[in-house]
Amino acid sequence: MTVAVIQFGGSNCDRDAVRALNYLDIEAERVWHEDGLPEETTGIMLPGGFSYGDYLRAGAMAARSPIMAEVREAADDGIPVLGVCNGAQVGSESGLTDGAFTTNESARFQCEHVFLRVENADTPWTQAFDEGDVIEIPIAHGEGRFEITDERYDELEANDRILFRYCDADGNLTDEANPNGSTGNVAGILGDNESVAVLMPHPERSTLPDVGGTDGADILTGFRP
Amino acid sequence: MTAYTATVTVRLKHGVLDPEAETTKRALERLGFDLSALRSADRYEVDLDAENADEAAERAESMAERLLANPTIHDYEVSVVEADDAQ
Repeated sequence: MTVAVIQFGGSNCDRDAVRALNYLDIEAERVWHEDGLPEETTGIMLPGGFSYGDYLRAGAMAARSPIMAEVREAADDGIPVLGVCNGAQVGSESGLTDGAFTTNESARFQCEHVFLRVENADTPWTQAFDEGDVIEIPIAHGEGRFEITDERYDELEANDRILFRYCDADGNLTDEANPNGSTGNVAGILGDNESVAVLMPHPERSTLPDVGGTDGADILTGFRP
Repeated sequence: MTAYTATVTVRLKHGVLDPEAETTKRALERLGFDLSALRSADRYEVDLDAENADEAAERAESMAERLLANPTIHDYEVSVVEADDAQ
């Protein structure tokens, strides 16, 4: 089994992702987007970074690269797909998940630790948690504000597609705990299948104990068969 | 075939927060300008050959739908002129 960590020009969290996955005894390798998905792919991670220099909109260019058609097909076949930060923007732009990630309310790049409340514990990414659990994971983004129309937001809620929301240390969903002005404090959502998820926070940066915090490890174990 | 220039203007939907525009507005105010609101938009000029203006507009709309705009947050409009007129 191999998790393909897809590397676009400008991706910069691909090595971190491979290292974090390997630390969890999950086989992973970087895959250059032009090379296509390896045959033995059992999971796909879209890593953080600044693919194509965030030209047009963050994730817009990478979302339209040929490998993303393969990723969508794999996702439909039930292969787990996780988009993190720029990978979340790519996933959203490519239609893997609903809504859009756009400029932070502060208009600033924000790099800080945040608390997340687990909204759906019935997914591969949250099986270690219970609904309502609070975890701590870092963010580092300038365009992470989740936007969606009211009607489609209601659909996300009704279909239990919201995976994580920004909260305070006690799990309260406040404006102060919402780092970027996201609609409904949404930090991560699911695609049509529970095996497809995107989130702005970086689980691979909170997996190795040496870099502080290990709550992200329990998300990445969603790649285990 | 005629040479056309299609102008695609992409702007945030009404009601979607525009932090960059807000920041720009505050900077203008710091410079002493008096203004009540500021909106920003992206404008793309596409040179293309088409049978007629309608076909040119249709192709530019398709470009907006598939890449230039994100329908979740953006509205867009397209206008077409013969390229010579645009010079």
